[in-house]
Amino acid sequence: MPYTLGVDVGGTFTDIFLVNEDNGRIFTAKVPSTPEDSSVGVLNGIERACVRSGIVPSEIGHVMHGTTVATNTVLTGTGALVGLVATQGFRQVLQIARSYVPGGLGGWVIYNKSEPMAPLELTVEADERIGADGAVVRSLDENSLRQRLEFLKGREIEALTVCLINSFANAAHERRIRDIALEVMPDIPVSLSSDVIPEMQEYERAVTTVANSYVRPRVQTYIENLTRELKSRMGDVKLHVLRSDGGLASSSSAAEYPVNLLMSGPAGGVAGAVWIAKQAGYSNLLTIDMGGTSTDVALVQDGEAQTRRETTVGDVTVRASSIDVRTVGAGGGSIAHVPELTGALRVGPQSAGAEPGPAAYGKGGKEPTVTDANMVLGYLPKSALLGGDMQLDGASAESAVEKIADALKLPLKIAAAGIIDIVNENMFGALRLVSIEQGYDPRDFALMAFGGAGPLHANALGRLMSSWPVIIPPGPGVLCASGDATTRVRDEASRTFIRRFRDITAGEVTEILNGLAETAATSLDAENVPRSDQHVTYQADLRYHGQGLLLTVDADIKALEADGLDAIGEQFDDTHKQLFTFALDVDKEVVNLRAVVQGKATMVPAEKLEPGDADASSAIIARQNVFMDGFDYEATIYDRSKLQSGNRIEGPAIITEMDSTSVILTGHAGEIDDFGNIIIRPIEA
Amino acid sequence: MAAELIQKNAAPFERLELDTITLDIIENAMKNLRYEMDAVLFRTAMSPGIREQHDEFPMIANCEGKMIVGQFGSFIHGFIEGYDGTIEDGDIFLTNDPYSCRGAISHANDWLLLMPIFKEGRLIAWASMFGHMTDIGGKVPGSLPTDARQIFEEGILVPPTKIYRNHELQEDILNIILHNCRLPHWNRSDFNAIIAACRLASKRCNELSERFGDDEFYSALDELLERNKRAMGQLIANTIPDTKQYFEDYVCDDGMGMGPYKIACSMWREGDKVVFDFAGTDPQSVGSINFYLNEEMFKMFAGVFMIMVFDPQIMFNDGFYDLMEVRIPQGCLLKPNYPAALSCRTHALGRIFDVLSGLLGQGNPDFLCAAGFSDSPHFMYSGYTREGEWYQLYQIGFGGVPGRPAGDGPDGHSLWPSFTNVPNEFLECNFPLRIENYVTLPDTGGPGKHRGGNALRISYGFLEDGEISVHDDRWLTYPWGVNGGLPGRRSRKILVRADGTEELLHSKRDRIKVLAGDVLNFDTWGGGGWGRPYERDPLVVAKDVDRGLVTIEGARRYGVVMIDAVSIDEDATDRLRMEMRAVGEDREEIFNRGGTIEQLKALCLEQTGLEPPGKPKFQIRKTG
Repeated sequence: MPYTLGVDVGGTFTDIFLVNEDNGRIFTAKVPSTPEDSSVGVLNGIERACVRSGIVPSEIGHVMHGTTVATNTVLTGTGALVGLVATQGFRQVLQIARSYVPGGLGGWVIYNKSEPMAPLELTVEADERIGADGAVVRSLDENSLRQRLEFLKGREIEALTVCLINSFANAAHERRIRDIALEVMPDIPVSLSSDVIPEMQEYERAVTTVANSYVRPRVQTYIENLTRELKSRMGDVKLHVLRSDGGLASSSSAAEYPVNLLMSGPAGGVAGAVWIAKQAGYSNLLTIDMGGTSTDVALVQDGEAQTRRETTVGDVTVRASSIDVRTVGAGGGSIAHVPELTGALRVGPQSAGAEPGPAAYGKGGKEPTVTDANMVLGYLPKSALLGGDMQLDGASAESAVEKIADALKLPLKIAAAGIIDIVNENMFGALRLVSIEQGYDPRDFALMAFGGAGPLHANALGRLMSSWPVIIPPGPGVLCASGDATTRVRDEASRTFIRRFRDITAGEVTEILNGLAETAATSLDAENVPRSDQHVTYQADLRYHGQGLLLTVDADIKALEADGLDAIGEQFDDTHKQLFTFALDVDKEVVNLRAVVQGKATMVPAEKLEPGDADASSAIIARQNVFMDGFDYEATIYDRSKLQSGNRIEGPAIITEMDSTSVILTGHAGEIDDFGNIIIRPIEA
Repeated sequence: MAAELIQKNAAPFERLELDTITLDIIENAMKNLRYEMDAVLFRTAMSPGIREQHDEFPMIANCEGKMIVGQFGSFIHGFIEGYDGTIEDGDIFLTNDPYSCRGAISHANDWLLLMPIFKEGRLIAWASMFGHMTDIGGKVPGSLPTDARQIFEEGILVPPTKIYRNHELQEDILNIILHNCRLPHWNRSDFNAIIAACRLASKRCNELSERFGDDEFYSALDELLERNKRAMGQLIANTIPDTKQYFEDYVCDDGMGMGPYKIACSMWREGDKVVFDFAGTDPQSVGSINFYLNEEMFKMFAGVFMIMVFDPQIMFNDGFYDLMEVRIPQGCLLKPNYPAALSCRTHALGRIFDVLSGLLGQGNPDFLCAAGFSDSPHFMYSGYTREGEWYQLYQIGFGGVPGRPAGDGPDGHSLWPSFTNVPNEFLECNFPLRIENYVTLPDTGGPGKHRGGNALRISYGFLEDGEISVHDDRWLTYPWGVNGGLPGRRSRKILVRADGTEELLHSKRDRIKVLAGDVLNFDTWGGGGWGRPYERDPLVVAKDVDRGLVTIEGARRYGVVMIDAVSIDEDATDRLRMEMRAVGEDREEIFNRGGTIEQLKALCLEQTGLEPPGKPKFQIRKTG
């Protein structure tokens, strides 16, 4: 069973990436997604990939899957009816939340708060109390609790969350409540805050655990169905699901802690980018995944994506690790408009979506979108296929963009260029958030663009960021699936341990870290990853005593033994200085300790292209007028599938392929590397 | 006396015509920059007030000192007028004296840092930020004495001072200041955090100016101000009547047993300009509830409020300042004479928003919001632990956002932008406290078609002996309802001693001794209701009952008769609603204040358990 299969379910297409681990041969397939039950699309895709590669499904030993089931459940508000058990006196933890009203001064005038994921009428209190130090202040009153759980049962809840005050310090009461709940309602899944996220801050812990309960029944059903179907076709196949933080979760852990899957989709894209960039020899990159309605950006340093302890989906923000992907409401379908009062040009966040889509799709869309602006500028070939037999309608695009031109009293092409500049600026803003704001210089990074629309804007963004080269991977549309297939198994164990440096020894810290490593390793043992292939790293979240932020530093057990706590303390000072320009002469504090255990990377090599020379003329298919940087040019259009490694293409040029179009601007040139990447750089003057 | 600007390169900028797209890009970049400043500050500040609750306000102004992005408008002009010295590259100014910056900050706890941004020897912009320090010394922990009569009792005062000179920190000066504060390491850290945020702004403005060109950057900021002026001009013409509108509201008391204090404001339009006149406002207080209101800041409050009410798409900046005129009589509660005490100005500051709401809304009832959480009630707790370590907490409370045309007011939320609560687990971990309750109180939100948000109760259980302060308001006057909506419930503070005896506390008091085992019920107030309560969908009322946000008894105030917590008695509801409609509609007024001041005072003892405040003896003094 040498085959590993990655599958990514997107809004429109389900992408398959099939690898023979023995010889590195790769097959890809693309089938329409089936939103009502996305496992159907997955199985269709697998079938298609098997036919294409001429293998039988039972030759696939490993399926790795990036899924948006959890995300969509949140976005569409179709999760479970969740009951919540809170500590006496804290029933309204979600109702009050952090008391925060978004918007500036006077923002409250227009703010309407969304309903919590666990309705207040289904929130009950447990008569119990744990102190901040973990001591039991008041023991749990089981009788009253039982009655209240009966009440929730009568209200037909579909999932239960338990989040008690200070349970991060002592989980005994939460566990006892789970036991009682399983007696009262054995079929209802129970999520404990002390399991899902054993960290301080009651609201964040509650909302995260409730989100887990909210998506759990759906994700569980989905994973169980998919596993059953896969097994019936492939026998003893292993299913892994990509987590938001870029690690792989076993199917059972994914079903139990689905809150960790909210960014599963985008994480696949970043993982794919890392994989392809490594082959091409780049380990520092900014990734940009631009789709129809939104764009995800992330930063990768030394081949590792940056992660953060927070995931945001729609207006829900939870404390779950995720790759630091920032999403902006800017995509090919983003609508441009000019508000009357200010006369300013705005692009997005409203999107034409897939239906009716941009005017250029000819499906009845009339609003001017980014795609229409690209069309007007000549960046999309008039005869391009968009994943189907769709002809782009240039006239409709023009009349849509004309509306903006009229409102701004500008010529059509200038207006179109303006729309592109604004949308690029929005993405530039997101790229800055992951780079400059975190203290990274974008000039030290390459920029990899993918997703349906990314390659159209990549060159311009590289120029804004001064990030060179700009890399456009082959098959920019199926990059997520390749990421799924090439990720490694990863698990982590963490513990909140709030102590000032002056009160602890390095020995205590290393002892805890070793214990955490053992916990995480055991979960990889269960995945049949031999200890010799397991790689352990340690982390500590630190701050100055009294500070609110947490900075994560890597902890080296040997250095801790040799240099004591200074080993992590000095690193913290340095990072603090790098980020905020100053360090403080104040006692430091440990907050969380963590061990991360990873399996061996599947180092599938990417396929290589036929070698050629600089001359790319045999791939030319047409010429077309374009408008770039304020001037009209004639651009050459190339067929990407005919390009060979070593080919060099000078801008203005357009390179088309099945599901994407790349633009090379004037003054820039793209070279095709061995793996089929287009590597764009400015031409030296 | 005015500051002198020293530039190595004093060449004036050229005002260029910019394409709208460059302008939009710079606008977006500036907007992002403000949030970047916040992000840096929150991550590095140390006091819970700034770090968790976000009691801080960033601002970026153009080279002429006009605010491009921010919340409170620019005060650079006032600073330049009042500062007798030079402004040079590498300077960063610190001040916390409201009287030295024409009220740019309104009490001394707010430390204001100002940084001129230079590029190649030329001033291109200003960055600034102020944040509330938990303590600046003075007669009580927290530096907000309710019984102060002069500003000198409220902690150390720093006139505008170059705390950085030629890029060098003036350590000696900073050390003198910090030496006067009870929690110097918090102040130092918060100070550093604000500096880091301002430096970031400086760096970004330089990058933008480099990317687009200096003249382009200058012109873009100027054009953003112009753009805002045009939009606001239209808004003023469309929404402000030329007949005089008048509204008044009150601060209940001054913490010394006198009150209420009236804030009166008239508003009318003269041509393209709107005038706000505070004539009729009570004279300044002898105590510390005076609010030194900067006219420019009030323009920003009024402008932002208009934008939010009428057209939230408009980006606000200082551009419209010429379209507003603000008149505040010298020596009144809102413009006290030096050296009047100012520390407890939060009540009058908050109340300004209710005044604005009433003024702007009465001519446009469809846009009128009820009275809301127009305050930042404070809770302070300090003392020594059994181990001899000093602890000191300053915490801002939240309450009911008013019912609005847009919908119900959220329960237990903040009216101030970006403020958040302090996680209770954080409190328990860092202070000798156990929080017994953290809930909103049913029926405290004013009934209306759109319900006012409920008040918040925090029950602070004290684990150590210490001292507390409570500073709140609206215990005598009601958060009023509008368009038929009823008022929200008033605030209340009850200290439950370890032996079970209850003590009703005054709304504003310092130095209350507490012992381990005592519990303070800190109840804030609810938002007023919007629209007739009997027009609220009975199913929504029933849902509120099911959620415990309204009681079965409270549902009757909406004309809804409940059989139990989930089922409505439909016939009884119809009858009750018919009766309410019959009496309600002819008596209805736009504002429901729950009675006149005289009536409220007469019923005060009976209803609140507290003696009514006496008539204020104002501090009237000739200016000179």
